[in-house]
Amino acid sequence: MMLRKGPSTRLSRALGWSALVALALNVWWGLWLSPPAPSGKAAPPGIVEGQFVRMLYVHPAVATMAYVGFGVCALGSVAWLWPRTRSPRWDRLAVAGAEVGAVFCAATLVTGSIWGRASWGVWWTWDPRLTLTAILFALSLGYLALRRAVEDSRSRSVLSSVVALLMALTVIVDHYATSWFVSLHQGETLFKPDPSVYGWQLATMVLSFVAFGLLGAWLIVHRYRLEGLEERYEAQVFYSAIEARRAEGSAERASALVGSAAAETEGP
Amino acid sequence: MWRDAVVVAGKDLRIEGRAKVSLNQVGPYALVVLLLFGFAFDQDRPLLVQAAPGLFWLAVLFSGLLAVQRSFSVESSDGAIDSLRLSRLEPAGIFLGKAAAVAAQLVLLEALLAAGVVVLFHSRLGGAGLLAASAALSTAGLAGAGVAYGALCIGLRARETLLPLLLAPVLAPVVLAATQAWRSALGLSGGDGWRWLALLGCFAAIYLAGGSIGFGALMEEA
Repeated sequence: MMLRKGPSTRLSRALGWSALVALALNVWWGLWLSPPAPSGKAAPPGIVEGQFVRMLYVHPAVATMAYVGFGVCALGSVAWLWPRTRSPRWDRLAVAGAEVGAVFCAATLVTGSIWGRASWGVWWTWDPRLTLTAILFALSLGYLALRRAVEDSRSRSVLSSVVALLMALTVIVDHYATSWFVSLHQGETLFKPDPSVYGWQLATMVLSFVAFGLLGAWLIVHRYRLEGLEERYEAQVFYSAIEARRAEGSAERASALVGSAAAETEGP
Repeated sequence: MWRDAVVVAGKDLRIEGRAKVSLNQVGPYALVVLLLFGFAFDQDRPLLVQAAPGLFWLAVLFSGLLAVQRSFSVESSDGAIDSLRLSRLEPAGIFLGKAAAVAAQLVLLEALLAAGVVVLFHSRLGGAGLLAASAALSTAGLAGAGVAYGALCIGLRARETLLPLLLAPVLAPVVLAATQAWRSALGLSGGDGWRWLALLGCFAAIYLAGGSIGFGALMEEA
């Protein structure tokens, strides 16, 4: 059995280059083309003020990709648990989604903390949205630790799928935290009848969703393919060990046969 | 199912009654945690009174983790879990029985810790109805989630470290709601404690129902 050299394909390379170009555009538009929002008394209510508006080009898109990652993980887990659709592919998708979700969740906490320091004056506050995101990150670390702790692949898939469903529930509560609870965190910016941003700011924010979406998709595809390669490598190592043991056994048997034949020929 | 639950709860409590691990180890550990909280707050009495509900529930959480680990270490030694699997007891009954046994130990721990909070932190207990109701629901939630995750981790190599990592984030909302309900009951906040009680009820119901449904599959894979 031959293994491919790496997890990339022509399509995934195209996806990676698109993500890189979109991210570069996002930096250019976000830092140079997009003007700062009005601040002070000139700022209409509900609008992100001044230079802080530039955080809008990173933080919401990164947070959304964390949700997408955990959503992909939940989808893979449900499809794996459902007997009719059970396949190792779904489990690979689940772990890919969880890892990418965890990375974006960490980035969400970091960028959110920077934004919080700029707008609220503190790096952290016990707001429902922030607290739930921290809990979600801890859950994702637990999920990944659980996957590493279970050796049997079937048990690993079952146990981690159960934890993934709980993570998905937390994602839903986290998303609606600003609506359900009294929260300092800003509510919807884009998906409402009267968006809080417009013009270049709106365009850059939409671009950031495209850029981080492409990056997330590229990471998930690569992680998925890497998981498949790991499984094939493990299988190859296993079969090679069996072959080696067989060959060893055959050699021992052959030498034993030769030895006994020689003994019979020599006679008493 | 209920008869199976009574059988399993009785077995676990008899084992605890004979081994006295909760009495001799977990209880003293819980009191030591309270003492350490006192040192951490530099024995600032007004601050300790304010923080007492949160510290109480954190101490319950830490001690509860030990109780859950103990509940499953009993099953993992000498292959007892295999006997439990092969017995004709219903998985939901086993789950509820083990949860009831853990809950019974937690109730004793909470009584001990409440006394500790009154003596060490000079808290005054009040609002008995809300206090007792929120303690009952929190205990049910802690025991339900604890036993479900205990079953999930029973066959793992690193279960001692993995269980707290998996369980603590799941129990964080219970600790938060219980703390707020107790703050309201003790008159430390103006919030409506009964709303937190409803939230605690939701979590307890979700953990107990989810555990009852999924315990069989978790035991099979453990």
